[in-house]
Amino acid sequence: MNTSDLFEESYSALAVNKVRTSLTMLGIIIGIGSVIAMVAMGQGAQSTIAANIASIGSNLIIVSPGAQRGPGVTVSAGLGSAQSLTMDDEQAISTQVTLAKAVDPELSRRYQVTAKGTNTNTQVVGTNENYPEVRNLSIDSGSFITAQQVQDLAKVAVLGPTTRDDLFGQGASAIGQTIRINQIEFKVIGITVSKGGSGFFNQDDTIFIPISVAQHYLAGPNADGQPYVSSVAISAQSADVMSAVQQQVTDLLLQRHKISNPALADFTVQNQADIVSAASSVTNTFTMLLASIAGISLLVGGIGIMNMMLTTVTERTREIGLRKAIGAKRGDISFQFLTEAVLLTFLGGGIGIGLGWVLAVLLSKFAGITTQISSSSVILAFGVSVAIGLIFGYYPARRASKLNPIEALRFE
Amino acid sequence: MIVCEHIFKSYFSGDLETPVLKDVSFQINDGEFVAIMGPSGSGKSTLMHILGALDTPTAGKYLLDGHDVSKMADDELAEIRRKKIGFVFQAFNLLPRASVVRNVALPLVYAEMPKAQREEQAKQALLQTGLDESRFNHLSNQLSGGQMQRVAIARALVNNPSLLLADEPTGNLDTNTGEIVLSTFQKLNATGRTIVLITHEHDVAAHARRIIHIRDGKILSDEVNARQITTRSRVEE
Ligand SMILES: Nc1ncnc2c1ncn2[C@@H]1O[C@H](COP(=O)(O)OP(=O)(O)O)[C@@H](O)[C@H]1O
Ligand SMILES: [Mg+2]
Repeated sequence: MNTSDLFEESYSALAVNKVRTSLTMLGIIIGIGSVIAMVAMGQGAQSTIAANIASIGSNLIIVSPGAQRGPGVTVSAGLGSAQSLTMDDEQAISTQVTLAKAVDPELSRRYQVTAKGTNTNTQVVGTNENYPEVRNLSIDSGSFITAQQVQDLAKVAVLGPTTRDDLFGQGASAIGQTIRINQIEFKVIGITVSKGGSGFFNQDDTIFIPISVAQHYLAGPNADGQPYVSSVAISAQSADVMSAVQQQVTDLLLQRHKISNPALADFTVQNQADIVSAASSVTNTFTMLLASIAGISLLVGGIGIMNMMLTTVTERTREIGLRKAIGAKRGDISFQFLTEAVLLTFLGGGIGIGLGWVLAVLLSKFAGITTQISSSSVILAFGVSVAIGLIFGYYPARRASKLNPIEALRFE
Repeated sequence: MIVCEHIFKSYFSGDLETPVLKDVSFQINDGEFVAIMGPSGSGKSTLMHILGALDTPTAGKYLLDGHDVSKMADDELAEIRRKKIGFVFQAFNLLPRASVVRNVALPLVYAEMPKAQREEQAKQALLQTGLDESRFNHLSNQLSGGQMQRVAIARALVNNPSLLLADEPTGNLDTNTGEIVLSTFQKLNATGRTIVLITHEHDVAAHARRIIHIRDGKILSDEVNARQITTRSRVEE
């Protein structure tokens, strides 16, 4: 039997019982559709997180005070809240870590901020002129903090666009205006470009002030009378030297803090890749979970196909006998039934992909969930549906081809 | 040409052997119209399955146009059926929701003939059975019994077989319709077709030119039918 006849015979067999054919196909449609939609959700979440993390800077390494909790280690203070990382440490890193391109100190805390009758509670980051380079930040209008302003303890502030909107109204020009942080007056000198981030690292809802001012007027010194920082951000010269930089920083700080056992370090050095992989391992698990739930419905769809094909073979015993009597070989019969099964899953898969795509679009439009359909998931879905046809169609097809024509024609 | 030499056929269920055909030998030349007649259970259908290469004998030799069919494997048998045999069954066995032409052309699908040629050949075969041309594109389940059997005969003819086998072709038809079908066979025989007609009815067998009587799997008699009923003689009465 040639290919076009094979398809014609299979198609007309499926067309005979349209209701049953479409019900059986529905199993595959729902299965493939939900796989596509679920994977689109997972991949959307992953790309959002990856983009967020990428937006905080390239080749970024962050040093925080306090150790990561581990077995057998007692930690005096949680990550980031200890005051053991000082301004002198930052100076040492910036002068001695040779593979660093730029380094900035950061001292962040939330404060109540007011301006002409409006007020908000937001993150205030004390930092220096290197921050935009290290953190990949651009200025929309005005200018960022300069080295001179840090030195002079100038009470100037750079606002993120969200903070600006909250304090002065949507899109207002805030340059030259005055805000009060913790009752201290600051002059607004610049607005940053929106990064569109949300959740974790929202640089849009932040106020930047000179680190010296933050330390002197807002935070005060630590127990040893030293000005401290809540983190030091380092931009490595290239992606290749990330681990070398981490090593240099670790060695330097261990030496400065007089700690001989690295396991007892009172600071943590993390790179961006660590943060990305931690976040993406979460979303990967999430994607896998969603996909496997959808996979189960696909399996159920496949069993539905097998069930229908077995029923069909029994119902069409006489037809199979006749086809054999007029010269069909075993291969002709099994190919026909296999083609029917694959046609069913192929069509079901195609419709399912369409359904999944529509679902993904609706989810992002009405539920605000970021979705992303990749061509690989579409190709995979097609492949899987054809494979399901082959796997679940194989046994019924084989059974049909083995029918004895005499018994089959006698069958009432 | 058909040559059967000492054909034995038994069915086995476990160790139990049921002999059905017991030493059957005969020969049918090209162009003959033979009826195989016998009571129900005498082994007629079993014999037809062997003649039609649907089954192989337990012992003995069956030659069809010089090919030894008795030892062939499944797919070789299918090949022989496709090229040399046309079957007509008591129950018609048409594909119900397919058109008349598609039903008739079905054997040619397995011969991998192009579609246009298939349909042309199917129409030629249908014309030989005398089915009205207006019915060619009807669905087969919209036809009467007699029309269905003529479609089935056309399907059996379409591959230009050397042997046309009919097992109780009038069993599901009333006498008049049966008569039309039998006269169709006679017309086909007149154009040179070899026909083997299987029946338990004497009146039906009487349409053939030679009658082989079979009982309990053995041949009782094999003789020329001196008083062949022809359609013309019926119509003239
Ligand atoms: N597949 C089979 N298995 C066992 N016995 C069978 C089978 N087919 C036919 N028979 C037996 O063989 C005998 C002859 O059957 P059959 O050839 O159909 O006779 P007929 O067509 O003359 O009525 C019957 O007794 C029947 O029961
Ligand atoms: Mg019989």
